[in-house]
Amino acid sequence: MTGTDALGVGRTRATTMREGFAILGVAIRREPKVFAVATIGSLLFGALTVADAWVLGWATDHVVLPAFRDGRVDTSLLIAVVALFVGVALLRAAGIVARRVGAGIMQARMWSHDRRDLTRQYLSLPMEWHQRRPTGQLLSNANSDVEAAWGPIAPLPMALGTVAMMVIALIQMLLADWVLALIGILVFPMVIATNIIFQRVVSPLMTRAQALRAELSEIAHESFDGAMVVKTLGREDEETRRFAEKAHQLRDTVVRAGRARAAFDPALAALPELAVLLVLVVGVSRVLAGEIEPGAVVTVAYLLTIVSFPIRAIGWLLGEFPRSVVGYERIRSVLEESTRVDYGSETLARSGPGAALSLDQVGFGYSPETGLLDDVSFDIAPGSTIALVGATASGKSTLTALVGRLRDPDRGRITIDGTDVRHLRHGALAAATAMVSQSAFLFEDTVRGNVTLGGDFTDEQVWEALRIAQADGFVAALAHGLDTELGERGTSLSGGQRQRISLARALVRRPRLLVLDDATSAVDPEVEARILAALRSEGAAATLLVVAYRKATIGLADEVLFLDDGRIVDRGTHADLLTRNPAYAELVNAYETEEPA
Amino acid sequence: MSSTMNTGEQIPAIQTLRRGLHHSPELKRGFAVTLLLAVLATAGNVVVPIAVQQTIDRGLTSPTGPDVDFMVRMGLLAAAAVLLTSLASYGMISRLFRTAESGLATLRIKAFRHVHDLSLHTQNTERRGALVSRVTSDVDQVSQFLVFGGMLFIVSIGQMFVATVIMIWYNAWLALVVWLCFLPLFLSLRYFQQKLSRAYGVVRRQVGVLLSAISEPVVGAEVVRAYAIEARTQQRIDEAIDRHRQASIRAQGFLAFSFSLGGISGGLANAGVIVIGIWLGFADRITPGEILAFAFLVSLFVMPVQMGTQVLTEAQNAIAGWRRVIGILETPADVVDPGDQGSSLPRGPVDVRFDRVDFSYHDGPLVLRDLSLEIAAGTRLAVVGETGSGKSTVAKLLTRLMDPVSGTVYLDGVDLREISGESLRRSVVLVPQEGFLFDDTLAANARYGKLDASDEEIIASAAELGLGDWLAGLPRGLQTRVGQRGESLSAGERQLVALLRAHLADPDLLVLDEATSAVDPFLEMRIGRALERLMSGRTSVTIAHRLSTAENADEVAVIDAGRLVQRGPHADLVAQDGPYARLHASWVAQHGHV
Ligand SMILES: Nc1ncnc2c1ncn2[C@@H]1O[C@H](COP(=O)(O)OP(=O)(O)O)[C@@H](O)[C@H]1O
Ligand SMILES: Nc1ncnc2c1ncn2[C@@H]1O[C@H](COP(=O)(O)OP(=O)(O)O)[C@@H](O)[C@H]1O
Ligand SMILES: [Mg+2]
Ligand SMILES: [Mg+2]
Repeated sequence: MTGTDALGVGRTRATTMREGFAILGVAIRREPKVFAVATIGSLLFGALTVADAWVLGWATDHVVLPAFRDGRVDTSLLIAVVALFVGVALLRAAGIVARRVGAGIMQARMWSHDRRDLTRQYLSLPMEWHQRRPTGQLLSNANSDVEAAWGPIAPLPMALGTVAMMVIALIQMLLADWVLALIGILVFPMVIATNIIFQRVVSPLMTRAQALRAELSEIAHESFDGAMVVKTLGREDEETRRFAEKAHQLRDTVVRAGRARAAFDPALAALPELAVLLVLVVGVSRVLAGEIEPGAVVTVAYLLTIVSFPIRAIGWLLGEFPRSVVGYERIRSVLEESTRVDYGSETLARSGPGAALSLDQVGFGYSPETGLLDDVSFDIAPGSTIALVGATASGKSTLTALVGRLRDPDRGRITIDGTDVRHLRHGALAAATAMVSQSAFLFEDTVRGNVTLGGDFTDEQVWEALRIAQADGFVAALAHGLDTELGERGTSLSGGQRQRISLARALVRRPRLLVLDDATSAVDPEVEARILAALRSEGAAATLLVVAYRKATIGLADEVLFLDDGRIVDRGTHADLLTRNPAYAELVNAYETEEPA
Repeated sequence: MSSTMNTGEQIPAIQTLRRGLHHSPELKRGFAVTLLLAVLATAGNVVVPIAVQQTIDRGLTSPTGPDVDFMVRMGLLAAAAVLLTSLASYGMISRLFRTAESGLATLRIKAFRHVHDLSLHTQNTERRGALVSRVTSDVDQVSQFLVFGGMLFIVSIGQMFVATVIMIWYNAWLALVVWLCFLPLFLSLRYFQQKLSRAYGVVRRQVGVLLSAISEPVVGAEVVRAYAIEARTQQRIDEAIDRHRQASIRAQGFLAFSFSLGGISGGLANAGVIVIGIWLGFADRITPGEILAFAFLVSLFVMPVQMGTQVLTEAQNAIAGWRRVIGILETPADVVDPGDQGSSLPRGPVDVRFDRVDFSYHDGPLVLRDLSLEIAAGTRLAVVGETGSGKSTVAKLLTRLMDPVSGTVYLDGVDLREISGESLRRSVVLVPQEGFLFDDTLAANARYGKLDASDEEIIASAAELGLGDWLAGLPRGLQTRVGQRGESLSAGERQLVALLRAHLADPDLLVLDEATSAVDPFLEMRIGRALERLMSGRTSVTIAHRLSTAENADEVAVIDAGRLVQRGPHADLVAQDGPYARLHASWVAQHGHV
């Protein structure tokens, strides 16, 4: 569950209406032109609805009645009748199109603005943030919440168009009789009051429904992601139960909100109707008392009937508010997150000799209470190869993540060529260094796309990188070679093949510093040796930091850093460490001490 | 053999409704009552007009002067009728919400379940984001329609019918004129429906594309960050966002246009009524009053027509979503669980036989060719071979994540396809190459292997596997949160949890697919020894990434380019001049005595 759930709970519900209007204000300011088109369309529609009645009146007075009286009719008049009716209908249709298309465009654009903003935020927020947010939740923010937020845009122009109708009707009522008009006007505060009650009931339910939608999306995403485990352990029933539980909670919540809606809609319809009845009764007694003419009663009653539709239209608009406010706030809570990665303005040389890497008293923990890396200091000379060795969970991957600036240290600093990585411009680190992580992640793209990641590399360079990573063989055998689509996360490849592609991705960049986090476990040792040799033999040798367990790999390194429980406990050549550090020897010799069965 | 995920786009609209009702029987429940309430609620609309008319006739213009008593009585009566109508509306709407949401919850759950019943193979033909959208937002689209659309549509048809009857009663000729004016609309409706259906199909599909485009860089956030490809990634997402926006606007355009046609037809009908009416009047077949009354009747007719077309057009959006959900349910499961009809494996070590198995992914080249392999009960078999040779494929066939294209896999002499899923999952457990953990505690993930395992049992299991020290070293122990996909653990630790989970499941046949590849050598050897002990009396197939595993196994199978090329105990194979000897040599070079 995310922090967004807390939102809306402490909020006073009466503000929903104000917030709802404020959200619409945001949309209007953002898309004033389409909004204007939609509103004009709606006004046109309203005006022409009135015009229709006028045309009918005109036809009655000037065509139908004279025709019956005279027993003949002018063809031109008939044409005029047809032209007027059809003309008004066409114009009204144009009004409808303008209103609907305008509102549709406005809504779609607002979705798209928010989705762009949200995804920009997803891409710029630090890994710590991502770790707390399940993917399914983020999908729900960008989908269901965005749709909820801008839901009221659809009925908005219609509601605005009818406001004009209402104002005219009100004035006419007042002109007819102020007492009866007062009864009519009384409907409005009552509509507002009904609305406030409705929102008070519905807002918390909507907040809950949106949160449940996100959780449902979260469960679905996770469960489909782990389908293999679900299947191999036969846990389909349990997963379905987990999903069903949330789906039922969502159902119950929506049904409860629906019950409120079921009360709200008829209430909105009934209020003006009851007012009409009251007007009739009061009106008749006022006529009896000789205070007004019967015509005034009819007029006010008629006008009230007319405004009952606009009142409903406005009710629909207001009815969308609770969901909108909830969705909007859920989006805001992501957009207002400000823990960004700060970049500096320094750059690194893109090509040239290996980079110098140095860590100075680096400390880091994933949570404040449990520190992981402590006082890690070392320097790696340009062009040298360093193996990072340590037991499972000793912090090797964490260290590489710090070097690649996926995380920032809590204490101390990391410099490359003397520049603190935090002072580098965005992209500067990636331009000079490359990192291959332990689990290969491929994009739904071609082989080429996965290697170049949009960078400017020739096919020769791509093939060369694939060749070094020993991926050229199977890529050449693929149906479309470099242009073969690899499927989501590279599903169409075996695990080792994926690892090699991700290796080629790093190699093609000819980085000055290459960090390999146990990334060569799927390639043969000779191949690995060739990769390392290739990187070192270039005129300008790259600096290499390699996390490895294999002795063959470690043997290639100039020096070994031995990491234990987040601390560098020893440093030296492999041979030295083997002799002087029993823990190290135990770790790397484990395969040999085993007696073959 | 293998099936791809049905997009549902080919299902015709009527069929969608029929299949939809079939999959969500709740939708039909209590329909008669809801319809009755709807009729009452609609009928209530005439209360106020009648009251107004009564007031005018008996209250205001009555020759005996206004009758206040009558007025008050009538007012109260009408008010009671309005309240009754409101109650009927309330009943109708809340019932609609209940049936629609219940039906959709069922549909959602069924679809979710069916995704899991499909083979990995079939699942992979659809992106995860799109699958998620199918059980979430696509279903949400249907909800709106079912609650408001379905009933409005029925009511509209009813109103149209009543208006037509009244029109015919007034004047059959003019009624015909009105219908003729609306005919083009009714005829063109089909065309627009098709257009709209396609347009909304695109919209729903784009939602799936959009979600996938967003989820990919979120899951792969580290790569995006490490390679600083935010701009390119954003561009891809923006393209998906833009395409979705364009598709939505396009659909809106069609919707608005087809909706406006009702109004135009109304205008035509009004004009027609007046013109033809005058002409009929000359023949003394109609009075001017009747013509005017007819003009009002036309508006009575236009309203439901407008409403009906609107519902119908908006329904296309719902149907597009509905189709996609139904599409999941109508995707045939290619790996069918025989269920109760299937045989059950007896507990105890399993013997395995691959008989001339061929396999290919989708329509690709054969990945396994003519593979025959016997594993006697209680044997520990190591499978070795180069990356991409087909080892994981063997593991997946063995655990029936997929079925062979030809040939058969037997367990205890029974065709794998005839063993009930329940029995199979109890006896056979696979620890896949990439361990996946759920965003929960370590204990919860371990319990995935055995639902009722107590904490003590989990701790004891870990100790048996040689993981006691590791578990004890975790600050929060079993309560450690593993994060999404297990990413708050180190890669090696993820594998440890996956192993622990499998061990708790207590299988008769354990299949390990490079299950300890990210674990350090010391711990790996310790686990290896522990497993050796624990697997005695069971069958195990271990895909080995390090040959020490092969050395310790009873037998080794060497796979090369999808074929079984060598088979026998380690000692025999090293002595032969073949692929295994070469692999072994390279292994020695790897960890050789420096
Ligand atoms: N994203 C994370 N959130 C919280 N804890 C983590 C995270 N990643 C790793 N850890 C913890 O930090 C420790 C070191 O992990 P890692 O650096 O991946 O180890 P190694 O690569 O040496 O196996 C482990 O105890 C692991 O559980
Ligand atoms: N889901 C898939 N779709 C298409 N091809 C696949 C899929 N999975 C694996 N392959 C292909 O099948 C071959 C064997 O893969 P696999 O059995 O995973 O190999 P390994 O021996 O490395 O475990 C490889 O060439 C791989 O590209
Ligand atoms: Mg690691
Ligand atoms: Mg494999």
